[in-house]
Amino acid sequence: MGRLRVAIVGAGIVGCAIARELSRYENLDVVVIEREPDVGWGATKANTGIVHPGHEEDPDQHPLRARLCVEGNRLWREWARELDIPIKFPGELMLFFSEEERKRAQRFVELAKRNGVPEVRIVDGEELRVLEPAASPRAIGAVWAPTAGVVNPIQAAIAMIENAVDNGARLLVETEVKRVRVESGKVVGVETSRGFIEADIVINAAGINADEISASAGIDTFRIWPRKGQYVVFDRLAQPKPTRVLHTVPTPITKGVYAVTTTEGNLMIGPTAEDLPPDRKRDTSTTREGVEYVLREGSKLLERIPPRRLVIKTFAGLRPEPTTRDFVVEAYQKPWGLINAAGTRSPGLTAAPAIAKLVAKLIAEELGVELVEKRGWRRFRRGIERVRDAPWPKLVELVKRDPMYGWIICRDEMVSAAEVIEAVKRIQRIGARVTLDGVRFRTWLGMGRCQGSFCRVATAMLLSKVLGVKPFEITLRGKGSEYAVGDVKALWRERLGERRT
Amino acid sequence: MVSAAPERIDVDVLVIGGGPAGLAAAARCAKLGLSTMIVEVGDRLGGIPLQCVHPGFGIHYFGEDLTGTEFIERLIDRVEELGVPYLTRAYVTELIYLDVDRKLARVLAPGRAIEIEAKAIIYAAGARERHVYEINIVGDRPSGIYTAGEAQAMMDLYGLMPGRKVLIVGSGDVGLIMARRFALEGAEVVGVVEIMPWPGGLTRNVVQCLQDFGIPLLLSHAVIAVKGRERVEAAIVAEVDKNLKPVPGTEREIPCDTIVIAAGLVPNTELLERLGVAMDPATAGPRVNELLETSVPGVFAAGNALAINDLVDNVAEQGELAAEGARIFIENSGIPTARWIPVARGKGIRLVVPQLVSGERRVKLLARVSKPFRRACVEIRELGIRTCRPRLMPAEMVSIEISPGSIPRDVEKLTLEVVEHG
Repeated sequence: MGRLRVAIVGAGIVGCAIARELSRYENLDVVVIEREPDVGWGATKANTGIVHPGHEEDPDQHPLRARLCVEGNRLWREWARELDIPIKFPGELMLFFSEEERKRAQRFVELAKRNGVPEVRIVDGEELRVLEPAASPRAIGAVWAPTAGVVNPIQAAIAMIENAVDNGARLLVETEVKRVRVESGKVVGVETSRGFIEADIVINAAGINADEISASAGIDTFRIWPRKGQYVVFDRLAQPKPTRVLHTVPTPITKGVYAVTTTEGNLMIGPTAEDLPPDRKRDTSTTREGVEYVLREGSKLLERIPPRRLVIKTFAGLRPEPTTRDFVVEAYQKPWGLINAAGTRSPGLTAAPAIAKLVAKLIAEELGVELVEKRGWRRFRRGIERVRDAPWPKLVELVKRDPMYGWIICRDEMVSAAEVIEAVKRIQRIGARVTLDGVRFRTWLGMGRCQGSFCRVATAMLLSKVLGVKPFEITLRGKGSEYAVGDVKALWRERLGERRT
Repeated sequence: MVSAAPERIDVDVLVIGGGPAGLAAAARCAKLGLSTMIVEVGDRLGGIPLQCVHPGFGIHYFGEDLTGTEFIERLIDRVEELGVPYLTRAYVTELIYLDVDRKLARVLAPGRAIEIEAKAIIYAAGARERHVYEINIVGDRPSGIYTAGEAQAMMDLYGLMPGRKVLIVGSGDVGLIMARRFALEGAEVVGVVEIMPWPGGLTRNVVQCLQDFGIPLLLSHAVIAVKGRERVEAAIVAEVDKNLKPVPGTEREIPCDTIVIAAGLVPNTELLERLGVAMDPATAGPRVNELLETSVPGVFAAGNALAINDLVDNVAEQGELAAEGARIFIENSGIPTARWIPVARGKGIRLVVPQLVSGERRVKLLARVSKPFRRACVEIRELGIRTCRPRLMPAEMVSIEISPGSIPRDVEKLTLEVVEHG
């Protein structure tokens, strides 16, 4: 068999991880197809960002989740180092407040043993206070899981796709896959909003829409419904900022709420867990009730919660909840060539690198493709050098190297023009559309306490110059979201024009 | 390999911020014979008045009614004539307190990394705007949501039209002026929503900006949510009760493609906070003494970075006062005084600056009341000094002066309060 054409549907964290993994192989020609203008704009950009240890997954109920979570946690350490992804591993404390909760928490120590998660144990109140002084004094103890991590999920997806493209994969954005075409029991490609794309293997990593993609290929074994999670983010200077990931004990009804200090240094609390009907797969609106719930739960975890006025952002994401409860990562003989990487609810982010490895294994073992390693596969990728993270001597050096590092566009997050320009180059290199959101996610511009009220217009002007387009053609997130409606006299011209005709 | 070294500059006074407070401060410092430097983060000197093409500036300070652009041009000219050096697109990454006579600012500018050592710092970095997340507006986050200052910069600095059908949130002067500004460019302004039962801005502006243009003002209303996918499609507006909570059942949709948030300003204080300066929760700015010195010796604050002012004239005055303070500080290695007497907020007072006085110098206290009062005075209880007005409005600051030597020895604090008289 010669080179195989592989189409990955969806450039979320799962699709990007698969693209990176498959870019290792000489005989695979990988294309990632994404309906949005850029990568990671679904569940990837709006979740808790936790690399779970794997002690909350019941291997009897969902064995794949349990296995891939533990393996993913291990792989993240390697991938984050190779791809320069913002990550940390502070460990997680699941706080309990009563003897009854302690009993329920004990179960997670047992699950940890069964799943092979190292060093998970119960700590008493005193040790808890040493591990996390910001934890609520009402907590009588906790389940301590030292392998828990926190990652910047959208920057992780960006890093993976950059690395994949660097190794020959291609990305097609603003292209919506309508259905998988199957002929005589074999996948032959995908029908998209921009026409038919031939493929020998189609990997379905379409997140919230993965059920529809799968059904279009004849595998109608699961449905996916959206589960909304709302979050609250505080100002970087707001205290307390817990060192560890704090979590309430999950109940049969709720998965519990987390309080984490993000990789960017903000206290973040969430999520809610609201099941939506299947027709609301784009509803990422926040609600007053959701925000209040999150703040109330968060105040249980922490000794105190910062005042409401220090909230700098609220947002919501949709997790893809499968009817199977477990992940659906499998290859089929009929139709040959379809591989599902679906149902990737939590801990989908954690599992993503492990899912990618499993997909490669399915291609080799189930589809019988002998994978040939590329010579000169590039394992490493560097992130954008950031003013905010650089010590002064390093800044002096950066400014000497590139004068634009000295021009700070975003005052809160200390983002320079050099970083913005580098982000634009990188967006173009992977073949995505340049948008204000795309630049924000790569540079963290406008994510601070002023939320872009100073820097957004300056960034739009800079982008218009770099791209050679009018500033009002710059969009927040693609067509229909233009930053402005025209030049300042546009409305008068329209009115006068109407009168003349 | 050659390791890069930062440039090095030594001055008496470093002024952070080249808006009205910083420019007035720098000009006064130069006149007082202090070597001075301004660092401004924007593309040019001037700050926010550069984008204020409406009049109402300088009536007290220059004795003339000027536009914001004219006002700031005069201050820029003054600084240029005095030859005060300045850097633009220059950003202070870090302030370090070395000792009482030396502070170090690490500054980035295009192609430059500079360490500026100064004896005194005047911090005049202005304010930032409260944004959509801070005022509890939920729902979608499409394109078409701007702060008033962002919309103003788009229109009057960069020539961009933000939208066609506009809803303004907040009826302070900024909101009112932006409503008119949009109407003047041919946009349809569907309304100005104000959460309080009274307008936040001056009566003159309510008449000239809304009534003259037939723009509705919705008092005791709040925008609670935004609807729209790519672009704003509507705002969900509700009436609010006495506690400013939305009244269930009063929600309605107002179609619009643009929502402009004019919900007030917050002093820009991140650098001061990182330096460990004591803050006043009432002003959200630093606590200062009568020469506008913060709790860190030799670090002064002026303008909207100190407290939100309603007149640029006061802002410029504060800049000059801070310059005087810097001179006294540098001459004496500190501000000489026998004691600092705190000024407390009494009944009806939302905020007051300065928060500490000595009684040895003439001081002008600036205060803001917490709600409107009719026929009332602002009084310093312990001294019996008062300023009376037929109407006291939160939108208009009240000033009250203390003469040197007028505070008796046994007075340990001063209390500012509103006294109503029948």
